Amino acid sequence: MRLVAVVAAFALAAAAAAPALASERHPTLGELEGQLMCPTCKEPLDQSTSPIADRIRAYISARIAAGDTASEIKAKLVAQFGPAVLLEPSKKGFNLLAWVLPFVGLGGGALALGLLAWRWTKRRAPAADAAAATQLDPELDRRVDEALARFD
Amino acid sequence: MARVKLAGQVLAVAAVAGLLALLVWKITHQGGGPRDFTLSRLGAPGQVTLSKLKGKVVVLNFWASWCQPCKGEAPRLEQAWRRFRSQGVVVLGVDAQDFSTDARRFARRYKLTYPLVHDGPGNTLSRFGVDGFPETLFVDRAGKFVGDHVKGEISADQLTRNIEVALSS
Repeated sequence: MRLVAVVAAFALAAAAAAPALASERHPTLGELEGQLMCPTCKEPLDQSTSPIADRIRAYISARIAAGDTASEIKAKLVAQFGPAVLLEPSKKGFNLLAWVLPFVGLGGGALALGLLAWRWTKRRAPAADAAAATQLDPELDRRVDEALARFD
Repeated sequence: MARVKLAGQVLAVAAVAGLLALLVWKITHQGGGPRDFTLSRLGAPGQVTLSKLKGKVVVLNFWASWCQPCKGEAPRLEQAWRRFRSQGVVVLGVDAQDFSTDARRFARRYKLTYPLVHDGPGNTLSRFGVDGFPETLFVDRAGKFVGDHVKGEISADQLTRNIEVALSS
């Protein structure tokens, strides 16, 4: 049973990885356009109509025809235009901060919220005790109700 | 509780200091720094450092092969280089945000003989206030920027007038 589960997990992983591998080995212009920036207008390549964007598209088409992989084409463009040509920053060196900082921020925010919630509940507890302490005795409550009924 | 508060304050101050440090780093390393550069030559070995051209008048022209007005002004720049070279004037073309192969082809097509450097990522542009192509600036012998900052295709008159301003400065 366990063996079947392991084999199924491997099969699922392979099925999920297959399109990504195909896209890496035989990229299309559309796929790469969505991962690159126009270096002059600073907008995604697939939305840019600038002359350099047209030139980069022509370059990508030529490299695809020559059999380059997606990584090779991106590396060649980074060599020409610098890492800013990539829509997503690389997961290396200083650029790693762009990937890590949002999670650090989220974690920090969650921690701060947790601390605040803990402080609020600690403050509220004595207040709830005080409210309980000021509740009327049931007998006294009944007599007040009777007295008030006489005025109706 | 006081300790938690103190730790929070220290963290907040550290975060602000970190962000300030990042801002300073960005200004000093990615534009906004000194108006100088060292860039690889296009179609020739070696590098060119702008500040090392002190003692000469420099016509600093930012261009790219895909830029239409750059094609119009290239012969004028070549003409100015040939005319004023003997008076200590250097025309220096900075090809930016461009494929170096395209830039070399452009230089061959327009028979450019003045020195050209390549800045693929365009890191130098913001340092010189360049926000389009072509743009031309003039540096006098003391390394001071003089005359006009010409945005767009430069005319022969603008070239001559500004070179003369730089020569007499």
